Amino acid sequence: MLGLNQDAVINPAQRRRLVRALRAFLPEAAVLHTEETLKPYECDGLTVFRALPMLVVRPTTESDVCRVLAICAEIGVPVVARGAGTGLSGGATPIGNGVLMSLAALNRIIAIDPLARTATVEPGVTNLAISQAVASHRLYYAPDPSSQIACSIGGNVAENSGGVHCLKYGLTVHNVLKLRVAMMDGTLVELGSAGCDCAGYDLLALLHGSEGLLGVITEITVKLLPKPAEARVVMAAFDTISAAARAVARIIASGIVPAGLELMDHAATNAVEAFAHAGYPLDAQAILLCESDGASDEVDDEIECICAILADCGASTLRVSSGAEERLQLWAGRKAAFPAIGKLSPDYYCVDGTIPRRHVADVLQRIAALSQHFGLRCANVFHAGDGNLHPLIMFDAALSDEVERAEAFGNAILMLCLEVGGSITGEHGVGLEKLDAMCAQFESAELASFHALKHAFDPLGLLNPGKAVPLLHRCGEVAARQRQRRNPQHTNLPVF
Amino acid sequence: MCAETPLLGADSELRAVIRTATERQTKLCLRGSGSKDFYGGTGPGLAVDLSHYRGIIDYAPEELVIVVRAGTPLAEVEAVLSEAGQMLPFEPPQYGGGGTIGGCIAAGLSGPRRPYAGASRDYVLGLRLIDGRGQSLQFGGAVIKNVAGYDVSRLMVGAMGTLGVLRDIALKVLPRPRVERTVCFACTEPEAIVRMNRWAGRMPALSASSHADGVLALRLSGSAAGVNAALRELGGELLDDAESYWRSLRDQHNYFFTQAEPLWRVSLPPTAPPLKIPLPLMIEWGGALRWLVGDLDYAAVQARVRGLGGHITAFRGAPRNIPVFQPLPPALEQLHTRIRDVFDPHRIFNPGRFCSQQESDHQR
Ligand SMILES: Cc1cc2nc3c(=O)[nH]c(=O)nc-3n(C[C@H](O)[C@H](O)[C@H](O)COP(=O)(O)OP(=O)(O)OC[C@H]3O[C@@H](n4cnc5c(N)ncnc54)[C@H](O)[C@@H]3O)c2cc1C
Repeated sequence: MLGLNQDAVINPAQRRRLVRALRAFLPEAAVLHTEETLKPYECDGLTVFRALPMLVVRPTTESDVCRVLAICAEIGVPVVARGAGTGLSGGATPIGNGVLMSLAALNRIIAIDPLARTATVEPGVTNLAISQAVASHRLYYAPDPSSQIACSIGGNVAENSGGVHCLKYGLTVHNVLKLRVAMMDGTLVELGSAGCDCAGYDLLALLHGSEGLLGVITEITVKLLPKPAEARVVMAAFDTISAAARAVARIIASGIVPAGLELMDHAATNAVEAFAHAGYPLDAQAILLCESDGASDEVDDEIECICAILADCGASTLRVSSGAEERLQLWAGRKAAFPAIGKLSPDYYCVDGTIPRRHVADVLQRIAALSQHFGLRCANVFHAGDGNLHPLIMFDAALSDEVERAEAFGNAILMLCLEVGGSITGEHGVGLEKLDAMCAQFESAELASFHALKHAFDPLGLLNPGKAVPLLHRCGEVAARQRQRRNPQHTNLPVF
Repeated sequence: MCAETPLLGADSELRAVIRTATERQTKLCLRGSGSKDFYGGTGPGLAVDLSHYRGIIDYAPEELVIVVRAGTPLAEVEAVLSEAGQMLPFEPPQYGGGGTIGGCIAAGLSGPRRPYAGASRDYVLGLRLIDGRGQSLQFGGAVIKNVAGYDVSRLMVGAMGTLGVLRDIALKVLPRPRVERTVCFACTEPEAIVRMNRWAGRMPALSASSHADGVLALRLSGSAAGVNAALRELGGELLDDAESYWRSLRDQHNYFFTQAEPLWRVSLPPTAPPLKIPLPLMIEWGGALRWLVGDLDYAAVQARVRGLGGHITAFRGAPRNIPVFQPLPPALEQLHTRIRDVFDPHRIFNPGRFCSQQESDHQR
């Protein structure tokens, strides 16, 4: 996986021609091509993949985005769109002989309509900035990835990002009404509508999670929700993971859809407690955070039901937040999970996979066994409500084979997810990272239809080529490698 | 229009029919229970009865996921969910009491809860289909979060079967609200539009809305405490037998929907002003859906609706020369044609039923 060569040879004459063509309508500072100015763009949040692009372009308007694309299409240069570069699968990793187009300077909030409960924004606006801009109307934008202070709404759409509150309020795809999208040839299309639907195929949904391969998103209209009057969180500690998992199933089966339902194992709890002092008990094998929001009477009732279930499932500690401050404190630990692990280990690798919830206890046990097998520590944070695992594998890239071992460990977890009927990615995307794992999740005919769909949008194949969907011959090679290791290839298990 | 009807249970039979159609260059009209025969354009072809591929494959209430075969009657799915205190949150219509889950997803229609809980497409997690080459393809899965590969499952929702025959469908389901109450107010159309939007911005308990004949109806759902809090704030007059009222809107069997034809479906931004067309009007979906009954000047209304950022569908009983679905702008039409090429290159499925030009300009 890490052997992928991103440093294709740059053709200096082509670069000169492109710089000239772009500077004809863009300010000098918007076209970067020297090594030191390119360097900040060499990777996204998955730093093991790095490459310098031929050049970086930073348009500030939609029409400039279209012109840049048309020029690149004409010359035949690949284009990688980049939002804030917080992606965790290498989706925004530059291509050596291509242009990296940063959308960060398209950062205006175009319109807020409090009555219709929508905001129309440019793609570089950060996720959190939307909620801040509409807060005075007592509205907010619900999907809240942990990276929300930094990540862009364009990147959120391209990855179909999730967050802690997505169990109740949906993923990005459920909260976006309309997009304007620049196609590779520079034409603009509008997908979706400010109403509930539009004529034709649901291309709005198709763009979600398309990782910059189908079009460049230039404008987003999001749905806003009324801020709940009240929100409270319960923290419960358990002596075993399986007791915590049972509690999760019981809460859902009781007819409650919590606003958030997160699980952390012993290793994660200890790491974050040392870092964020959230007040989690250190001897617990599992911590559950369960949030309720709504009208204040409603929240009181729901919290009471939740506490009864948690106690009945054997929770050893139960703490209910009694004010906004305590609620934030209880969440602070969970939200600081990534940096806390970062303190414990020189490097960590965040795995992202999903499973049907009923397999949680079993899967976490098998991850513990894999951790021993690969000789690498692993802490688990888990969006328990929607079955999205985030094992954090700790390693030291400076040590001989630890990168490879971390990768092999991560891959083994993904295969485990598939084995129990899950998916190799719940929210971080495929990017460059999971191309091999895609071969295990999909049959050739399915991969071929993904390629055909890309071709329908981008016949020249210039938008973020080589990402998200593996070439069929790559899958052939993966299968051959696995046969060599006499490790029978994972057979594609039917999900249905 | 459609000729004899083979009964298709197994995939192998369906594949054989597709192969034959490809070889003989004939067409197939895909059909579940036929409850939506009236919806969409018409074209020639052999009717293919898909209602024999039925049954629930997997349902574990604590997962909030159900996996069903496409020919399963909607009523059966709803009954099974209801027994476990759950529901299809998008409240799909059962026209004439019928409908299969496959037809429901292919048509992409949703009921009164749509603007508050989401549409059919929002609850599709994954599906398996047979495409126009006879290949069985599986996208998404039976888990709530999944971003591996393009979201082809949602692309199928509302595609009216033109991109493949849906076989197995995984849906997210939700607990049924414990309490539902409906309150009514007398008010004018412009007032109703503003009120629907204003309350939607304040009241998460809102779960349905309608306005017709000077009466605004709002449904509240949730826990007893949540609904009571909302009722106190709203006032208004409680509606008895509200369940059958909303069902009559969902399934379109009340007076408004049965008085005459054609029935026009106008989808608009929820705050769009009154259309001022002198025809019987029913507003739903917090202002985002406006039904009109009777003859109208299609070209003029279409232009008006388009200008407001919406689209108009000739939902039922319109003259043949009027397109059922509003024509797409050229760039989008072209994209649609190319997407159709991916899944139905020989144009076998449901000719003429969906957007127009994809069929005619294509010879393969
Ligand atoms: C600490 C941390 C915590 C995180 N927590 C979460 C979490 O809780 N949930 C979650 O889902 N993710 C999380 N992420 C991952 C990441 O933040 C999200 O994937 C985010 O949506 C990426 O946004 P971005 O603007 O940084 O996109 P980038 O990384 O810049 O790009 C991501 C992909 O989107 C494409 N893209 C970007 N902008 C556009 C555009 N305008 N048009 C077309 N394509 C575009 C790129 O080509 C690339 O393929 C986390 C990351 C970090 C570092």
